[in-house]
Amino acid sequence: MEDFWAGALWVLKIWLFLIVSLIMIPAMFGFSLGISETYMNLLVKTLEWATLKIQKAKTDEQTLTSSSNGLIQREDGSMEKELEELRRSRPKPSVGGDFTLSDCFYFSRRGIESIVEDEVTQRFTSEELVSWNLLTRTNDFQYISLKLTLVYGIGIFVRYCILAPLRITLAIIGLSWLVIGTSAVGLLPNWRIKSWLSEWVHVMCYRICARGLSATIRYHNRENKPKKGGICVANHTTPIDIVILCNDGCYAMVGQVHGGLMGVVQRAMVRSCPHVWFERAEMKDRHLVTKRLRDHVNDKTKLPILIFPEGTCVNNTSVMMFKKGSFEIGATIYPVAMKYDPKFGDAFWNSSKYSMVSYLLMMMTSWALVCNVWYLPAMHQQEDEDAVQFANRVKSAIAQQGGLVDLQWDGGLKRAKVKESFKEQQQKQYSTMVVGDDSSGHSD
Amino acid sequence: MGSSSSSVNHVPNAQELMQETGFSASQILRLYERFEFLDRDRTGGLSFQDLEALPHLSINPIGDRIIGAFFSQGQETVDFASFVRVLAHFRPVDSNRRDGAPQEQANSRTRKLKFAFQLYDQDKDGKISRAELLQVLRSMLGIQVTEEQLQSIAERAIQEADLDRDDAISFDEFKKSLEKVDIDHKMSIRILR
Repeated sequence: MEDFWAGALWVLKIWLFLIVSLIMIPAMFGFSLGISETYMNLLVKTLEWATLKIQKAKTDEQTLTSSSNGLIQREDGSMEKELEELRRSRPKPSVGGDFTLSDCFYFSRRGIESIVEDEVTQRFTSEELVSWNLLTRTNDFQYISLKLTLVYGIGIFVRYCILAPLRITLAIIGLSWLVIGTSAVGLLPNWRIKSWLSEWVHVMCYRICARGLSATIRYHNRENKPKKGGICVANHTTPIDIVILCNDGCYAMVGQVHGGLMGVVQRAMVRSCPHVWFERAEMKDRHLVTKRLRDHVNDKTKLPILIFPEGTCVNNTSVMMFKKGSFEIGATIYPVAMKYDPKFGDAFWNSSKYSMVSYLLMMMTSWALVCNVWYLPAMHQQEDEDAVQFANRVKSAIAQQGGLVDLQWDGGLKRAKVKESFKEQQQKQYSTMVVGDDSSGHSD
Repeated sequence: MGSSSSSVNHVPNAQELMQETGFSASQILRLYERFEFLDRDRTGGLSFQDLEALPHLSINPIGDRIIGAFFSQGQETVDFASFVRVLAHFRPVDSNRRDGAPQEQANSRTRKLKFAFQLYDQDKDGKISRAELLQVLRSMLGIQVTEEQLQSIAERAIQEADLDRDDAISFDEFKKSLEKVDIDHKMSIRILR
């Protein structure tokens, strides 16, 4: 019995030593030993092989159609065009408005189309992959061949028994180091070296966490990196976005004060460099929020603020409406586009389906996390545009760079209903076709 | 979502529905996945709220009527069979269907017209009365037109279509007034896979 415990302790020591030397030290000093690269290459080759196998097997069955995941064939005619076509057969009456009984066809078809498939609710579930990436959470298991099943089985073993414990250990080390390190730095008096040390501690911890998720991040256009006194805005897919962005620079976070473990981390972080944490009650007061953010931004020694204007996690195929709050402050905006590669693991956090803990466990048992980050050139609010237009302009830039669909819908639609004003817009558009521009409607 | 391998055997009454509506197996499967997605609380049936939650539908001026079309008399939820039967009206017309007389298919021209007619004729008495027409016009135009304009639009529409001068539009008059419109194209949704 004694031998067993002695042996186990010895294994644990070796395990920790390996982790520290092979992963933590490189993370602390920012160089790489090439282990991750080899792992990723192996992974890519395996997945390509698996995809080929599956495609070969599937050619006997029905062929997969076009690359677009659309379910219905859409004819994107505008309301005007479609109604014109429906009315073509009638002469236009001189009095009594231009209404025909066939007008309802357009609306009923649009209605039924949206029942079968709509572009909004599908953004709140994970993206469908055309091929299988050997994870049952993406597609159900299909028996194709013995070899594939074997590889899948080995994959499960590797992911759950080797990678997951490794990653959990790293995550724990990373978080504890964050708390200890930032508290330690916080004890120092305000010398210039304090901010340098604080940045170093932050980046180091985030690097460890990134290794803990086998994250491969590619940064593009680093000359556009956010500078002090600005606001960095990015599209939001998962809380891990923060880890991804902070690997390459230090940001000030904005958020609500939490209790528990998160609260401990938040309090520790604020000791070494200023972040903007709000009490729950303060969040409701928009002026207070704007003022605090503005104060932070105007102080040119403070780090750039990181904000996710969508306000909620979206599934990384599109960018939803940006809340205008951060665009009213008048600071320089540094847009950042982030795109995850779904082949290696789906990063999207579906908060209505998974809790934070199950989500993190899922992340730790995925293959890897591959992310491309593009830094876009800084943007300023122009004289003739208001906050909403400015927000939309930034959103389009991010969507275009990341290859995401630019949607006008509010991410809050995940939980809430659409505003009545959208319906009025439809009615207004239709009324111009029926009574022309001399409608009595209220001007808006 | 994302399971692409569940078989159509999981779908209740799949074969029967395929026969009745003309949807293919993969289309039925797709519709079933969509049905399950819309049925958030997993009751096996869709409620009015489930459908109303779709943003595009709730901003549609006649969204309420379209949702209402799925619910038969007095029913509170829509089961999958009813769901598919309504959607079957919007299947594109196939020119080479072998079995069954063409008029009886769910997606025949007549049945499509009947579906549209019932959007207007809410009390299902077989006629669109002046009051019903005013109601639907009010839904579609909202606050954008005055009461007088509404009355004059309804007046003209009835005058044009009402051939037997009974101040209401029957289904035959409805059909006649739309005989030149390409219904098959305009009331069809093609499901790609």
